[in-house]
Amino acid sequence: MARTASTGQKIAWTVVAWVIALVIFFPILYTIITSFKTEPEAIAGISLIPSGTFQNYIDVETQRDYFRPFMNSVIISLGSTVLALIVAIPAAWSMAFSPTRRTKDILMWMLSTKMMPAVAVLVPIYLLFRDWGLLDSRIGLTVMLTLINLPIVVWMLYTYFREIPGEILEASRMDGASLWNEIIYVLTPMAVPGIASTLLLNIILAWNEAFWTIRLTTTNAAPLTAFIASFSSPQGLFWAKLSAASTMAIAPILIMGWFSQRQLVRGLTFGAVK
Amino acid sequence: MGKINLEHVSKSFGVTSIIPDLNLDIEDGEFVVFVGPSGCGKSTLLRLIAGLEDVTSGTIRIDGRDVTQEAPAKRGLAMVFQSYALYPHMSVYKNIAFPLKMAGEDKTLIDRKVKDAAKVLNLTNYLDRRPGQLSGGQRQRVAIGRAIVRQPSAFLFDEPLSNLDAALRGTMRLEISELHQQLKTTMIYVTHDQVEAMTMADKIVVLNAGNIEQVGSPLELYRSPRNLFVAGFIGSPRMNLLSGAAASKYSAETIGVRPEHLLISRTEGDWKGTVGVAEHLGSDTFLHVHAEGMDHGMDHITVRAEGEAGLNPGDTIYLTPDAQKLHRFGKDGIAL
Repeated sequence: MARTASTGQKIAWTVVAWVIALVIFFPILYTIITSFKTEPEAIAGISLIPSGTFQNYIDVETQRDYFRPFMNSVIISLGSTVLALIVAIPAAWSMAFSPTRRTKDILMWMLSTKMMPAVAVLVPIYLLFRDWGLLDSRIGLTVMLTLINLPIVVWMLYTYFREIPGEILEASRMDGASLWNEIIYVLTPMAVPGIASTLLLNIILAWNEAFWTIRLTTTNAAPLTAFIASFSSPQGLFWAKLSAASTMAIAPILIMGWFSQRQLVRGLTFGAVK
Repeated sequence: MGKINLEHVSKSFGVTSIIPDLNLDIEDGEFVVFVGPSGCGKSTLLRLIAGLEDVTSGTIRIDGRDVTQEAPAKRGLAMVFQSYALYPHMSVYKNIAFPLKMAGEDKTLIDRKVKDAAKVLNLTNYLDRRPGQLSGGQRQRVAIGRAIVRQPSAFLFDEPLSNLDAALRGTMRLEISELHQQLKTTMIYVTHDQVEAMTMADKIVVLNAGNIEQVGSPLELYRSPRNLFVAGFIGSPRMNLLSGAAASKYSAETIGVRPEHLLISRTEGDWKGTVGVAEHLGSDTFLHVHAEGMDHGMDHITVRAEGEAGLNPGDTIYLTPDAQKLHRFGKDGIAL
């Protein structure tokens, strides 16, 4: 028998869902509200109605250059995502379609690197970056973020590729497709949705990465995460300006996430149910 | 042409031997069915012929040419898979055109061939659709279309109808048989369904644990099964296999009587029994009879009675096997 819910139950659950969603969203909402307050208003206490000033945005843009860290964020997150995909696609491909006895172990080992706290390798990585002249460089940060997200990218793609039925590949082989044709005409078109959602997720992860971006950059390569952090300065905290900077930093990714939520949700739940 | 010879072919996965040592000749234009229980190696055998699996040892020849080491596409065979294996992102047209495109055929020729195939298979109105928008039967026809446009020397079918419902299975069975009559190309068809095997095949290959138990026409297998395995596998309902006293009477270890070769009487006969379950099919009635006082190694005997029979559970009846159509087997299970 199918479970049925009365109208009352439905309303109750809807209210509960909205409350939970609001609680989760509240910090972001409050940041956005605060960005429209004056500095005295911002420190005065909790209030949900701002005076509606745009001064903070103007200040942030004129006093500090927003465009440069924004471009750094774009370059680093896109660059690291493309690099990660170039490495991960063939890796996931071979593990999905010609697995060996050790494939599962390799996958587990890759994932296990994510279980280690990043700070544990901060000193060696910092010294390497210093010796190789990579500190505060976009290239260094791009490579770093590629390596950090690579295990997740490989895992996601591996799950996707595993879903492509082997018989279809065999059919293309029977139909006379060379390995190259098989990749171009059959595998890639079928894997595109998976690659797309992996790409989206990785951009978001790279965009929001704060630990390494703040520690390995100062000015030249500093992305938006470092830009926000710079507002908590020795001169004091400027809540309203900090909020405006944060809003500007998260806006691009929030908009991108909003428009691609279908692909993202599909990507994250892929393989969970048949 | 499509003559296929397998010489001492064997296949093992690690230490597990799937096909120990197998020899088989398939003549040009034959409809050959590989039949056997699941895990008997019939699909593996088909995949060895296709080139999707490598043989462990032995030689495969197509029209006399040794193709053992050749890639699947080079063997000139086309295959229809159980899951259809259509390209989900391509239209029906592109699916059927794919092998021609891979062969580098000219566009106008591809167009003509695809449209011809679509006409034969009643797919003309569906050429722009994606596989996901088609029914199971239509998908299977697209898979067949993709196979026929290549004009292969032989078609390989790997349980192509097992995903379809019973009614559609019957229709598709007929369509494939008609296609064979029309094209006269060699077809190798794998199934576990002995009805499909009996109705479609020119030649049936009965496989068990990677070994060929018997090769022959459907009626040869029905009339003279070489051993107990074939006797029990071919025919529906199954042949009654009786041992003990019933068999000794015919100086055999085991005797086999098909349900349709038993004479029913209410008054006299060799074996007395009580009707257990009666399955009414309209044209026939299958009676499951519990025989009394007989040590024959079976809990019931299946009898096929013509028409509605007029017998009900609990009725006492007598059964007499038709001595002309009785099968006798020795201790080793081989027909005497």
